[in-house]
Amino acid sequence: MNWWKRLWRRKQMEEQLDKEMRFHIEQHTSELIARGHDPEEARRAARLALGGPEQVKEDCRDARGTRWLEDLLQDVRYALRMLRKNPGFAAVALLTLALGSGATTVMFTVVNGVLLKPLPYPEPEKLVLLQEKTEKATRLGNLWAFAYPNYLDVKRESHSLDMAAWRFGGGAVREPEKAEYVYGRQISSDLLSLLGITLVRGRAFSPEDDRLAAAPVAIISSNLWQRLFGGSADAVGKPLVLDGKSYTVIGILPAGFQLEGETDLDVFTPLGQDSSPSMKRRDRHPGISVVARLRPGATLAQAQTELAVIGPHLAEQYPDSNAGRSFIADPLRPDVGDVGSTLWLLLGAVSLVLLIACANVANLLLARAVSREREFAMRAALGAKRSRLVRQCLTESAVLGLSGGALGILLAAAGIRPFVAFWPGSLPRAEEIQLDWRVLGFALGVSLLSGFLFGLAPALRVPVRDLERRIRSGGRTVAGHSRRLHGTFVISEIALAVVLLVSAGILGRTLLRLSSLDPGVNIRNVLTARMELPPATLANPKQILPAWQDVLDHARRVPGVESVATVDTVPMREGNNQIGYSTTQAIPQPDQLPLALATSVSPEYLKVMGIPLLRGRFIDDHDRKGSEIVMVIDDVMARLAFGNEDPVGKRLWIPDNSSPFSEGPTGPEAVRVVGVVGHVRHWGPASDDAAKVRAQFYYPFAQVTDSLLHRWSDLMSIAVRTTSSPLNLVEPLEKGVRGATGDQVLTELRTMEQLAIGTLAQQRMLLLLFGVFAGLALLLACIGVYGVLAYLTNQRVPEIGVRMALGATARDVIQLVLRQSIGMIFIGVGVGIAGALVAGRLLERFVGGVRSVEPMTFAMMVSVLVIAALFASFVPARRACRVDPVKALRQD
Amino acid sequence: MQAKSDLPQGTLDLLILKIVALGPVHGYAIAQRLQQVSRDVVQVPQGSLYPALHRLEYRGLLAADWKETETGREAKFYHLTRKGRAQLETEAADWQRLTEAVGLILRLAEGGAR
Repeated sequence: MNWWKRLWRRKQMEEQLDKEMRFHIEQHTSELIARGHDPEEARRAARLALGGPEQVKEDCRDARGTRWLEDLLQDVRYALRMLRKNPGFAAVALLTLALGSGATTVMFTVVNGVLLKPLPYPEPEKLVLLQEKTEKATRLGNLWAFAYPNYLDVKRESHSLDMAAWRFGGGAVREPEKAEYVYGRQISSDLLSLLGITLVRGRAFSPEDDRLAAAPVAIISSNLWQRLFGGSADAVGKPLVLDGKSYTVIGILPAGFQLEGETDLDVFTPLGQDSSPSMKRRDRHPGISVVARLRPGATLAQAQTELAVIGPHLAEQYPDSNAGRSFIADPLRPDVGDVGSTLWLLLGAVSLVLLIACANVANLLLARAVSREREFAMRAALGAKRSRLVRQCLTESAVLGLSGGALGILLAAAGIRPFVAFWPGSLPRAEEIQLDWRVLGFALGVSLLSGFLFGLAPALRVPVRDLERRIRSGGRTVAGHSRRLHGTFVISEIALAVVLLVSAGILGRTLLRLSSLDPGVNIRNVLTARMELPPATLANPKQILPAWQDVLDHARRVPGVESVATVDTVPMREGNNQIGYSTTQAIPQPDQLPLALATSVSPEYLKVMGIPLLRGRFIDDHDRKGSEIVMVIDDVMARLAFGNEDPVGKRLWIPDNSSPFSEGPTGPEAVRVVGVVGHVRHWGPASDDAAKVRAQFYYPFAQVTDSLLHRWSDLMSIAVRTTSSPLNLVEPLEKGVRGATGDQVLTELRTMEQLAIGTLAQQRMLLLLFGVFAGLALLLACIGVYGVLAYLTNQRVPEIGVRMALGATARDVIQLVLRQSIGMIFIGVGVGIAGALVAGRLLERFVGGVRSVEPMTFAMMVSVLVIAALFASFVPARRACRVDPVKALRQD
Repeated sequence: MQAKSDLPQGTLDLLILKIVALGPVHGYAIAQRLQQVSRDVVQVPQGSLYPALHRLEYRGLLAADWKETETGREAKFYHLTRKGRAQLETEAADWQRLTEAVGLILRLAEGGAR
């Protein structure tokens, strides 16, 4: 019979045990009687010989080995009964815990999905990321994407790694009705099998497809399959026109496929078919991403050793490009950007709320434990062991904790989707955010741990000595011990609330300050969008500039458009181009060259963005090829490069390897400064002040050398100033610039207002959540202060009665109560401020634009708390002064 | 009255197994039998008999069912399981070896060192 069966048949076993004992005693008795003993005497002797049937039964139960479980069940039943008997207490405690653990579970679910879960491929621990590494670091570091020939060589020579690669792809897909821009990748033929992806239809690329001049084929996402072909079964084999070139669809990816965390990739073409000349180069190459899987039995260390041999080997063979270049392998991890610090901060903040909730429940339990002292003393007197009583206390709090946790999980399950949807921008790996076994385990652990935390204090108060006194006192007198414990809880609640309040205050001030900063551009009524010219146009450099001019002309004709310009890097949007400059013709070493953010624009850019012109002139239509090469600098660069001198008319030099005006070794490029404009907070208001590169210059797109026009056009955007809300112009503008072939499409449509708001998204989200958490903390702390004071005051009613009978006034009594709470509040505030200083440092480190020590913020938030806490303690104080001395004295 | 010695640790289980091995028997009879066969030399408190029986039953060495006694009353009769019989054999052998070894040492002490 196994233990659960025994447990199941407990009642039956109890009966049998009883019967067995009875049989023994009766048998013994009758035997004694048979030997001539008096019946009464015989019964007594038999009982004595057995040694007390109840004790024997208890020992038998122990011997069964299911004792702990039976006790546990009994305790759980008892705990549930206690909760049902005190519905008010149960409701307050459960609600507090549910809120605390629910919020914590939501945050952990997000942290788990975004930061902790492995990549969604089979055996993700065997995937590695390969990069090129140079001995010398430049301003961009010393890690680089692979050159395609290097990839092919390393792949051939490696024995421990299976390698695959991809690079940026995608383009405009022409549909019968309208063109649409789709994102995609050029991938090597083995990438999908390496990642462990099985197509839902058709076949993957073969090595034959992965070659120059092979028949153009494409694999598409399930999503595009639905959009273009309505999910029809015969889509495989159909043509797909991408950037004017016709491909045959040969396979369809499963829904939810992702690469580098990107889920909106629609078109995949073979990397080996890319015919651009740069694909053959080992220097000045576009860069491809390389991922590898360790072969069975191979370790990462082996792969690294192997790569350490291949690197120098290639360097010997191709000294011009590969000298000092090695290859490194690291475990492949999800790229989640800087959202990690935000999430950990939030998880930290929410755990503080949970701690406060625990302290509150501990207070409630402690107050109850004091009034249950008599019950416990009674049970101890009846022979219950101390460990047994402690275990019962802990079981009760664990039941409470688990019930609260269960409610919390329900809250989290309901709240997680709205929370993710509410996140500004999009959370990386949002599709991974789900309640799973890990989250459930976490929630369970948290609720058990919190149950233990708040159950410990009452459990340790289980009486062992002075049982008699305790039984008689009826649990009314309060030992100083309990008062001190209550005080400690209140102090920690207040301290935690101070930490959260001050953090929220710091974030609020930061957001306020950052929002009031001038971004340097007039963000109202400006629309920006990326745009690409048709491949046929791009193929001929002579057509590119006129084509862009044509786009601008068409856009300008759209009603409601005030001015329009092309621009490659839009302020406050991702992407920048950093170019070194020199104030002398003799250019210093590359690592000593000052850097500036370079933006190529068309003449109306200044008008579109509303940037103030400080000196000289902006770029105009006369700046074109053949005329003098010019630039316009911002005031930051003017100060850095020329100090107090007037920059207009002066010259700057740009090294030939980064000059956009010429290609090839022509010597330093001299550029004439023709004007100075205001600084634009390109990195966003939060980060710009602290950014490494702040100097900016603008140069005419019309002067970019022919051979670079294609690459520049790939990154080009248009910016439009409108007379009314720019979002109303999206559709006419899209129609206006569609072009002769109809496949010039706008992507990433954003207003400048959206971009500006986006740069503060992290701060805004943090402020909002910290605000909510701080509010909760304040509320819980006040409830705590109120509850404890009400309880302690209640316990002191007889004492207050005596004092009043001896002539104390209402004022004295209020003071008596308030003095107690003021003590706790001030110690709590002191501890809290120390904690808030630490929290402030953390915020300063992880959140852009935060200044941690702002005495005003501290003072304001602390006074909010002190006022609220005093208010909470005033209520019990008032009640205390209305105590009727006569009644109070009679109570004893 | 002669002083009775306590049962050495762990031997109660062995004695119970041995008695039960002779045939199905109820708790009271085991207590009687223990007393008789030990000729009142060892003290077996009846109170510790039942926990031991329940422990052996829980460990699967004994099994029990309810049967009628000769006097027509229902009692819980214990009998040995296959596992219990194996346990009895090993424990008995162990006991034998142990007592022989202890006896040997005691005799050696009497004979004096060489």
